[in-house]
Amino acid sequence: MKLLQLPPAELRRQLAGAGVWLRTGPFSVRVQSRIPHVAEGLTQLYGQFEVRSPHEAFADFHVSVDRPRGVRRWLRPQVNFAVDGVPPFKPLPLDQAFPMLEWGLNWCVSTRAHQYLIIHAGVVEKNGRAAILPAPPGSGKSTLTAALMLSGWRLLSDELTLIDRKTGLVHPLPRPVSLKNQSIDIIRAFSPDAFVNRESRDTIKGTVAHLRPLRDSVQRQHEAARAGWVIFPRWQAGAAASLIPRSKAQTFMFLAENAFNYSHLGADGFRVGSALIDQAACYDFEYGVLDDALAVFERLATEHAA
Amino acid sequence: MNAPDLLSRTLRAPDAARGFSMGEWDLLLRQAHHAGLSSRLHHGLRQAGCDEAIPAPARWHFEAADTLAARQQVAVRWEITQVKKALGNAGIPLLLLKGAAYVAAGLPAAQGRLFNDLDILVPREALDAAESALMLAGWHATGLSAYDQRYYRRWMHEIPPLQHVQRATVIDVHHAILPDTARCRPDPAKLRAQAEPVAGLPGVRVLCATDRILHSAAHLFHDGELPHGLRDLSDLDLLLRDAAGETDFWPRLVARATELELERSLFHALRYVRYFLATPVPDSVDAAVARFAPARPVQALLDAVFTRALAPMHPSCEDRLTPAARLAAYVRAHWLRMPPRLLLPHLFHKAFLATDTREAKAA
Repeated sequence: MKLLQLPPAELRRQLAGAGVWLRTGPFSVRVQSRIPHVAEGLTQLYGQFEVRSPHEAFADFHVSVDRPRGVRRWLRPQVNFAVDGVPPFKPLPLDQAFPMLEWGLNWCVSTRAHQYLIIHAGVVEKNGRAAILPAPPGSGKSTLTAALMLSGWRLLSDELTLIDRKTGLVHPLPRPVSLKNQSIDIIRAFSPDAFVNRESRDTIKGTVAHLRPLRDSVQRQHEAARAGWVIFPRWQAGAAASLIPRSKAQTFMFLAENAFNYSHLGADGFRVGSALIDQAACYDFEYGVLDDALAVFERLATEHAA
Repeated sequence: MNAPDLLSRTLRAPDAARGFSMGEWDLLLRQAHHAGLSSRLHHGLRQAGCDEAIPAPARWHFEAADTLAARQQVAVRWEITQVKKALGNAGIPLLLLKGAAYVAAGLPAAQGRLFNDLDILVPREALDAAESALMLAGWHATGLSAYDQRYYRRWMHEIPPLQHVQRATVIDVHHAILPDTARCRPDPAKLRAQAEPVAGLPGVRVLCATDRILHSAAHLFHDGELPHGLRDLSDLDLLLRDAAGETDFWPRLVARATELELERSLFHALRYVRYFLATPVPDSVDAAVARFAPARPVQALLDAVFTRALAPMHPSCEDRLTPAARLAAYVRAHWLRMPPRLLLPHLFHKAFLATDTREAKAA
């Protein structure tokens, strides 16, 4: 069943008790939390996700988001993320409970799931081909990923590109898209389909909110895709949308440096990474207006299909 | 009686895994992950021919752990060559301890082991030269507080950990295996005298079989924090099973414990390695080490402490007394390592003055 079919009281009861079991891409997660913000975030953003009985025996990750004990909870309320009882991070202000769950889940996947080469990149798919969008923070990667999802591309992930080491295919991990600062308003204005949850301010990334993944992306979360393009987006005020071919060697080096686990995979990381680059067209992409950018991506997808 | 937790039970008798429910696999993976034993457990399951019994959803956890462990072994081998080069330039011989030694010597204890650092032993008089040589090769003292720096250099059997500027690997340079202030003081010259060369790695030596077991035991039962107690016991289990085939191994082990003033550590090691992992120990050895045992009421107390403190660090393995047991193990280790006039100010500093240095990186 889907999370939206759980009555809110039942969701809260499961969260406060054994935890709610949900599936995201190839992973199952059990989430425990007594924080209303977390229940609200799950209800608003994870409605389409598969949930099972709270008595489901097996989950890949057991996480909790709760308020730490101690005097401080009355002075400056905080929130702690823990994986099976162990907190990998320091507590954050209570207002950041939901973003912390998202970051924590990313951390679980990126530090454990070494059956994939995990690249720090957004990734979307159309006509069976995936466009991988690696880029440093602030380059407009999330904005573009979100806009592509809202324009007919399927969201595979906004942060973690999972390359299956056995097949070389990109595995979807569709979850809420993290939007920062100005991109929150840009995306709200961009599409009436966009649901963005409430903002958390003053995080280490500035103001953060999350965009709900569209139903199609979630329903097809087991459908892997072949890599078609690796595109480095860069937003530049006033720039005309332009795709500039990029050296494959340089692209490979960047992906290796920006993969979470390239060094853990040893020689196999090189093999998987170079096979990926071999099959993908590599570009630098500069744009000033979102609609122009989408037109360029549309052309890429059509050219390929033709 | 043996340890009741699922991980220890499975390590003792992997065959039982054939009958595990999904709930048991879930718990087993969680305990193994927290104990740093996922890859080693996988190895045990494979050896027992139970690989097929692992259900599909659990499989990637084991494979990912193997990937990490395999990668760490490659990295450790590489670091060994780098450290050897750095020390070789200064004319200091390389003697590896613990995990790095198991990898270099190709011992079963290297199987599926995870590493935090690389431990080496150098003569005390070569300590400064070794530190300088390693600094030239890129290893520098890490960001410890001034208090910790002083504490290490004045009282410890090792200098503060050195971290490589590019690869971030950490080396612990020891001049002895227990602190200068400890109640027992195994003579490092005796350890060095019986160290053995490693086939295929000229210029690299490791402690001989009895000594690496005694070192591992001394380390485990003098270490304040036991985040990987069961992993260390599992090392001991594999080392003992491997060495048991050597001629006269057991009598030599007992005699060597006396020579190195590590009788009590050996006694505890054998007691708990059997409790958790059912390591075979001959009856004659049992009788021989019985005289190393503490008084009966003390032993009863230590059992209450170590059967809890060495269990996997997972909520499912804890009871009401576990926090107290961990604290007791911490205080006991410090008690053995330092005389009271040093211990009390040190614990006071750690409890009230030291700041939390845990990294905050929530991204």
